[in-house]
Amino acid sequence: MALSFELTPEQQELRRVVRQFAVDKVAPRAEEMNAKGAFPVDLVQEMGAMGLFGLPFPEEYGGSGGTFLDLCLAIEEIGRVDQSLGITLEAGVGLGAMPIFKFGSEEQKRRYLPALAEGRQLAGFGLTEPGGGSDAAALRTTARRDGDGWVINGSKQFITNVGTDISAFVTITAVTNDDPRQVTNFIVPTDTPGYTVGNGYRKVGWHASDTRDLYFDDVRVPAENQLGAEGRGFANFLSILDEGRIAISALAVGSIQGCIDECLRYAGEREAFGKPIGAYQAVAFKIADMEVQAELARHAYYHAAWLMSQGQPFKRAASVAKLYSSEAAVSAAREACQIFGGYGFTTEYPVGRFYQDAKILEVGEGTSEVQRMLIARDLGLPR
Amino acid sequence: MRIICPVKRVPDTAASKKVDPDDFTLDRDSVEAILNANDEWSIEEAMRIKERDGAEVIVLCMGPEQAQTTVRKALSYGLDGAIQVTDPAIHGSDAVATARVLAGALREESFDLIIMGNQSSDARTTLVPAMLAEFLDLPALTYARKLEIDGRKLTAHRETASGHVVVEAEMPAIVSVVEAINEPRYPSFKGIMAAKSKPLSTRDLGAVGVDASEVGLANSWTQIIEATPRPPKQAGEKVDDDGSGTVGAKAIADFLAAQKFI
Ligand SMILES: Cc1cc2nc3c(=O)[nH]c(=O)nc-3n(C[C@H](O)[C@H](O)[C@H](O)COP(=O)(O)OP(=O)(O)OC[C@H]3O[C@@H](n4cnc5c(N)ncnc54)[C@H](O)[C@@H]3O)c2cc1C
Repeated sequence: MALSFELTPEQQELRRVVRQFAVDKVAPRAEEMNAKGAFPVDLVQEMGAMGLFGLPFPEEYGGSGGTFLDLCLAIEEIGRVDQSLGITLEAGVGLGAMPIFKFGSEEQKRRYLPALAEGRQLAGFGLTEPGGGSDAAALRTTARRDGDGWVINGSKQFITNVGTDISAFVTITAVTNDDPRQVTNFIVPTDTPGYTVGNGYRKVGWHASDTRDLYFDDVRVPAENQLGAEGRGFANFLSILDEGRIAISALAVGSIQGCIDECLRYAGEREAFGKPIGAYQAVAFKIADMEVQAELARHAYYHAAWLMSQGQPFKRAASVAKLYSSEAAVSAAREACQIFGGYGFTTEYPVGRFYQDAKILEVGEGTSEVQRMLIARDLGLPR
Repeated sequence: MRIICPVKRVPDTAASKKVDPDDFTLDRDSVEAILNANDEWSIEEAMRIKERDGAEVIVLCMGPEQAQTTVRKALSYGLDGAIQVTDPAIHGSDAVATARVLAGALREESFDLIIMGNQSSDARTTLVPAMLAEFLDLPALTYARKLEIDGRKLTAHRETASGHVVVEAEMPAIVSVVEAINEPRYPSFKGIMAAKSKPLSTRDLGAVGVDASEVGLANSWTQIIEATPRPPKQAGEKVDDDGSGTVGAKAIADFLAAQKFI
């Protein structure tokens, strides 16, 4: 039978181990980290020691020698108890380290990847600008050649993992040679003069994840900080997002599964009119629907990850997975809160947090509208 | 240095268990099996010694064929190799018979230190480490909550009901550890992947020099003659406090005193 989505025994074990870590170490602190907006460097480093930040990278660069699907499994299990830490892992690997791995020179990979892969440092992915995220080509940040280096000016908006105590650098897109069609990527280390990390935002969710605004004021970087070929920066960054969508889908599945976990427990215990509320069809069906969503979404990202691993075209499958699972996560979290009644609107149970955290899944790494655009385009619809 | 960590495959501690109505052995197929929790502490302690002083750490497991998953789990923490003793005649062995088999396997091996959990979560006898020491004629430092190594000298803080006593021994020796000794790590992905290719030697009773007539259910010194399922959970006693804490605190203190906890 050619069709098999069975995980290997090692992948099942990875899932179990990450699950255990999430339950033991993350879940008990999730609400407090969320309330304080505290970024848990210690948990990141512990996940680093487990090899989670290096999952898709070869051992020669400090990685774990696993696959992108392995990373997705870990993201799902972390996200199942804490979406903030889930996005920290997703962005840390998929957006922070991946551009170095995919487009870096051998020297850049040896220099930057080990610390990222081992969770000792984090890096950000600076694509979105204040002027717009969906239209990422309309960027204003520029890089001007100066001697044998570059001088960068501009700003970036909503960038993950750049303002933590272990944030080492950000990779960015910038217009080069005054030609808006010539976009190039650069590595900007956190301590570079003229580079400022803003205070962040009062967000609606993902409170324990780090999101910042960035400013580049005559920031000088040496030629060796150019990442990838000149003029390839836009296409390169978009290809990072193609893969990232599969990982965001895994994060969304974690959210749905987390809601199911909580609802199963609560609907079995909470009584109304003399019966556990789970005995009422109106409640049971909501949970059954969540299960349908979790299963379909999970298979969608497994499928996209599988296509990618086979070297087959996977962009449409990635968009399908990201679109379906993020919208399902929002709806599942809303229904989960409904099942919890008034308690669903408090911080006493995690479902309220899942509801707050879910919305951004429909926006980050390409909005739902953008996903529909990509799918429609891929179907060959007229433009 | 060569350290051997005996580990046990046990039914998931959190699962509800079924006992075979005929021979009163646990129905091991009906629940998921896991690595005995206390063995995570012994493995962690061995790994810390390995990382600090350098050591080869080997896992030893007596159990059915399926226990290979438990062995691989133990290996995923970074251990170097494994010995599994598997034989149909072992089924139903009590603590003495288990210690006999483990001792047989260990007699074939060179080692400096045996580190094991102080008890298994299913049988909870805490007897095997001491019995093993008896069979092998080795010193046993049991219930260790702290272990120090200086050359060939071992110093352990042995947990007691009221505190701890400091005990010493020369290697080779057997150490059994309690929860307080360390906080076990989580296996890394590299460890999980490496576990499948670590050397595993499977032996039957003959290979470890134990006769089938000494082990198994029929030859165990302990016989289970009756088993009663745990009675259903009783409703607890509810105490309403007046808000000052005096009523509630007193009720809790009285309860703990009545149960002889304080
Ligand atoms: C917490 C958080 C973390 C983030 N992390 C990162 C990061 O690490 N790196 C990074 O580069 N970015 C990051 N982002 C930015 C994110 O990717 C963008 O917010 C997203 O791409 C949308 O861009 P925008 O906010 O500018 O919205 P806009 O692009 O202005 O879109 C506004 C609305 O218009 C719709 N729209 C736009 N164009 C079209 C069209 N052609 N047809 C139909 N509808 C359209 C959109 O779907 C949306 O509904 C993050 C954002 C948040 C909130």
